[in-house]
Amino acid sequence: MLIDFFYTLKKAGLPVTVKELLTLLEALDKQVVFASIDDFYLLSRLCMVKDEQHFDRFDQAFGHYFHNLEMVQGLEEFLIPHDWLNPEWVNNLTDEEKAQIEALGGFDKLMETLKKRLEEQQGKHQGGNKWIGTGGTSPFGHGGYNPEGVRIGGPGRHQRATKVWEKRQFKNLSDEVEIGTRSIKMALRHLRQFARTGAAEELDLDDTIRSTAKNAGLLDLKMRPEKHNAVKLLMFFDVGGSMDYHIEQVEQLFSAARSEFKHLEYYYFHNCVYEHLWRDNSRRWDQPLNTYDVLNTYGEDYRVIFVGDAAMSPYELTHAGGSVEHMNQEAGLIWLQRLLDKWPKHAWLNPIRQDYWDYTHSTQILKKVVDGRMYPMTLSGIEAMAKSLSA
Amino acid sequence: MTKFTGSDNYVATDDLQLAVNAAVTLQRPLLIKGEPGTGKTMLAEEVAAAMGKQLLSWHIKSTTKAQQGLYEYDAVSRLRDSQLGDDKVHDIKNYIKPGKLWEAFTSDEQVVLLIDEIDKADIEFPNDLLVELDKMQFSVYETGETITAKQRPIIIITSNNEKELPDAFLRRCFFHYIRFPDKKTMQAIIQVHFPNLKKDLLNAALETFFEVRDIPGLKKRPSTSELIDWIKLLVADDIPLETLRNKSIKEAIPPLYGALLKNEQDVEMLQKLAFMMRREA
Repeated sequence: MLIDFFYTLKKAGLPVTVKELLTLLEALDKQVVFASIDDFYLLSRLCMVKDEQHFDRFDQAFGHYFHNLEMVQGLEEFLIPHDWLNPEWVNNLTDEEKAQIEALGGFDKLMETLKKRLEEQQGKHQGGNKWIGTGGTSPFGHGGYNPEGVRIGGPGRHQRATKVWEKRQFKNLSDEVEIGTRSIKMALRHLRQFARTGAAEELDLDDTIRSTAKNAGLLDLKMRPEKHNAVKLLMFFDVGGSMDYHIEQVEQLFSAARSEFKHLEYYYFHNCVYEHLWRDNSRRWDQPLNTYDVLNTYGEDYRVIFVGDAAMSPYELTHAGGSVEHMNQEAGLIWLQRLLDKWPKHAWLNPIRQDYWDYTHSTQILKKVVDGRMYPMTLSGIEAMAKSLSA
Repeated sequence: MTKFTGSDNYVATDDLQLAVNAAVTLQRPLLIKGEPGTGKTMLAEEVAAAMGKQLLSWHIKSTTKAQQGLYEYDAVSRLRDSQLGDDKVHDIKNYIKPGKLWEAFTSDEQVVLLIDEIDKADIEFPNDLLVELDKMQFSVYETGETITAKQRPIIIITSNNEKELPDAFLRRCFFHYIRFPDKKTMQAIIQVHFPNLKKDLLNAALETFFEVRDIPGLKKRPSTSELIDWIKLLVADDIPLETLRNKSIKEAIPPLYGALLKNEQDVEMLQKLAFMMRREA
């Protein structure tokens, strides 16, 4: 009973287990609801879904299961997560790439290929020239360059009375792929190291027994401070220019880090660190801070994270006077090396997709300089970074 | 069995009613999530009141341990008593303080147990309660006795989404997300709180409220409880309907906005917005 329904949900990517199905059957057995599809919708959602992020997917899968006869399009199209198709990616293809775009043939052929692709494709995709997603030059998805492309996502095409699950009220709660502050916090948590600091509030049983024994059996209470996260973090953010596209991500990272670490210091730079850093981005010209001062302020026990896209002219790194903004006496790499030498526990977070790194010369240089410890700004990247920093 | 259908001072939507009734029938914990101020904690109180059961609340803090819900062994006072030669010291039971779960399990009648803001506690907290909530029993290590629930309590758990809850825990719960009420539900909620409120004032207030909520980029969007506070103030101050209606947010900031916005940056933004609107006009 309801086995097909269960598998439809599973296929839609909902994390359902047999336990939930059994619960649903038990509820039906006890007649919590009876002979009403609307109530059944509510009940099955109550039993099968454990996170509001999944409500939207559930609605779609439910709609598919109970209406698949009317359905004009196939399940595959319905189950494309909507955020694959968000036009967040700024399309900056080269002319050469644009030139590669060629039409794939008539409409029928496009649809056929689309079906085939959907079966092959496993994850969200941006850029590139084959898979469905945003940007890029594939004829499927949107925001891309192929003039003969098929647009997926957008206003609904079914003109009929909508059921609750078809309203898709929970669409904006679905944030599966995108990294939210909450999940960043969880990833950063790998970087925790507990130490006892602050006021003595916890009973230290071992010490109490020891000193009570010493005290000829008269009770002598000993307290100790509670454990707190003692990791100290120093972050350098690249701002302006090409980093403008990643502001949202960086903001999330920053607010997550700020609530997770007690000792968090941060400075801004543009493209590469030089002799000046700044604390307040709007006053960077009138309140520059000497990088030497920063170098001398924080001890070696600080962990250092650089956040930047590492995309710049190679001269900004390798030559004196290479900065795009001012006349720098010493090359960027020299300054960077000073920072890296001072804080041996460092890593670089790069908001650009990892498979694009190799196309930028400066990224390759920087990756080498930080000893390969450059991580993409995805959840798994942040997690890997946190682990390498805490080692 | 009585069905929960909301109460005189609590409006429960259909899906919420179904969630509560299913959880009661199947004796599973009900996990409630939703925006702050949508009445998550109140739900437990109202369920208890509507079903005529006693409510036990266990408010979770960041330092709360799962063990504290079961029982606590007060070793320090036992140690002290032993020094003073108190007779109590011979029975370890005197130093075992039952927690909220113990109380709920051993109560003679079925109770409603509210575990409030479970996400405040450590990540391991829900995992530590898995077996206890599943089997509704636990054993007391110090005395060797086993506490089994006489009646399975109705358990309502609230979460503000600050931490992700473990899957194993979620599988054992029913999950309901209280959505922010739409205008119709909101009207019903306000009618419940202010039965004598004039209809046009209510409409004007609601319009302003939803307008403020729709401002993009607010740090803390006002929620139901803030709306109710605000209307309380409007009524108390006897703000005439015209002020509210003419001074829609497009021209100026609403009267007594302090009740709606709790963050000075939000207030500043609203003022800026109002200023820009006025300049355009």
